[in-house]
Amino acid sequence: MTAEQTELTAGEIEKGLRGHLDSVLNTAVEPDQDLFKSGLVSSMFAMQLVVHLEETYDIAIIGADLKLDSFRTVQAMTELVLRLRAAAAGADA
Amino acid sequence: MADKPKLVKCLVWDLDNTLWRGTILEDGEVEFPEEIRDVIIALDSRGILQSIASKNDYDLAWEKLEKLGVAEYFVHPAIGWGRKSDSVKDIADKLQFALTTIAFIDDQPTERAEVNYSHPEVRCYPAEDALKLTGLPEFTPEFVTEDSRRRREMYQAGFRRDAEKETFNGPDEDFLRSLELVMAVKRADEVDLTRVEELTLRTSQMNATGVHYSDATLRALLSDPDNEVITVTLADRFGPHGAVGVLLLEYHDALWHLKLLATSCRVVTFGAGSVLLNWLVDEAAQAGAHLVADFRPTDRNRMMDIAYRFAGFTEEPCDCLADLPALAEADRDVKRLHLVADRRPGATTMTVTAPALAADRAVRAGARA
Ligand SMILES: [Zn+2]
Repeated sequence: MTAEQTELTAGEIEKGLRGHLDSVLNTAVEPDQDLFKSGLVSSMFAMQLVVHLEETYDIAIIGADLKLDSFRTVQAMTELVLRLRAAAAGADA
Repeated sequence: MADKPKLVKCLVWDLDNTLWRGTILEDGEVEFPEEIRDVIIALDSRGILQSIASKNDYDLAWEKLEKLGVAEYFVHPAIGWGRKSDSVKDIADKLQFALTTIAFIDDQPTERAEVNYSHPEVRCYPAEDALKLTGLPEFTPEFVTEDSRRRREMYQAGFRRDAEKETFNGPDEDFLRSLELVMAVKRADEVDLTRVEELTLRTSQMNATGVHYSDATLRALLSDPDNEVITVTLADRFGPHGAVGVLLLEYHDALWHLKLLATSCRVVTFGAGSVLLNWLVDEAAQAGAHLVADFRPTDRNRMMDIAYRFAGFTEEPCDCLADLPALAEADRDVKRLHLVADRRPGATTMTVTAPALAADRAVRAGARA
């Protein structure tokens, strides 16, 4: 388990994600805002989000975790990142 | 016997005393042989792109090409005073072609030597060979499809599209809508099959099973009422993208089996795979069928995996899977992704025309009963 993996909190991930979305979409996004319903994000952009999350947080999102609902809100993505990082850390220990 | 030479994908022309006779800056007027025009048109119709590397005044030379009615045939022309080796490399980079697929024709031996000194893999031809080019095997592709005939048009539309995307600043759904995309889904006929085969060969990146279907296999499926061979073409206000996808579908009683879905990587950024899947899911829902898609993960078809998952496919078990023949030993790594089909709203980013699979199937079942 690496030090940086233990230190990321939900708040920090949420902040990072909102910053990323702000800069790509040119608009502020609320943590519980439905990104697909609001028409801000297409399923194509959701694919780019998968890659962004994997690269930024050093996780692999595969199989059952790859559902659209996991990317619907900033909160959902934050939960996904936390869960996958915890699972990876557990596997390393 | 020697191997068939690698096909040339782009021919780069010199202008003075190669494309035309005379030196435009010195002579003012130049002579343009009709036979050269024929060569340009013939290569274009074979899907070979053409460009220019000429030491010349850009405005003067380009105006002349427009007057001669051939300007439109050239992509990324390099007309200026730089080294031709740099121009040729720059053209190849812009087209994302390897230098081994670039040819260069020039009347000056020193220019050909200069290009070859930096890039020995570029094939160089003297100007007096211009009329012989169309007879050479490296300029003679095996297949000439509707898409090869329009390749240059598709590239040019691509450049305009990219330029527009760079200046567009807003949600990407809005950008997609601004393209006025039209997706045409249709049942393949005999003529389409060559394109289908070419597509399954070319699109390994987005091929969901990695299985290559031969022309003979596909031809047999065309006449089978329980199988559908479906092609997808895409166009937008900048022009055609050509054939961008192929689907192989087999009907069973309780499920529709998607045996192959291949889409061109050129259109991934338009979400074409998701639009196609949503259309199919909606059709299956109307027929009350489940959908099962064969998927073999590779390191190159990740986007396809994501498209399936985002459309709702999972690896959860279902009774309907028992209807499918077991996978061959060699296909053990193929996953069967399953979905209980539900009605889906139409695409918001493009216009889709498609056959009514569920309705047609109901009619056929009615006729049999
Ligand atoms: Zn089922």
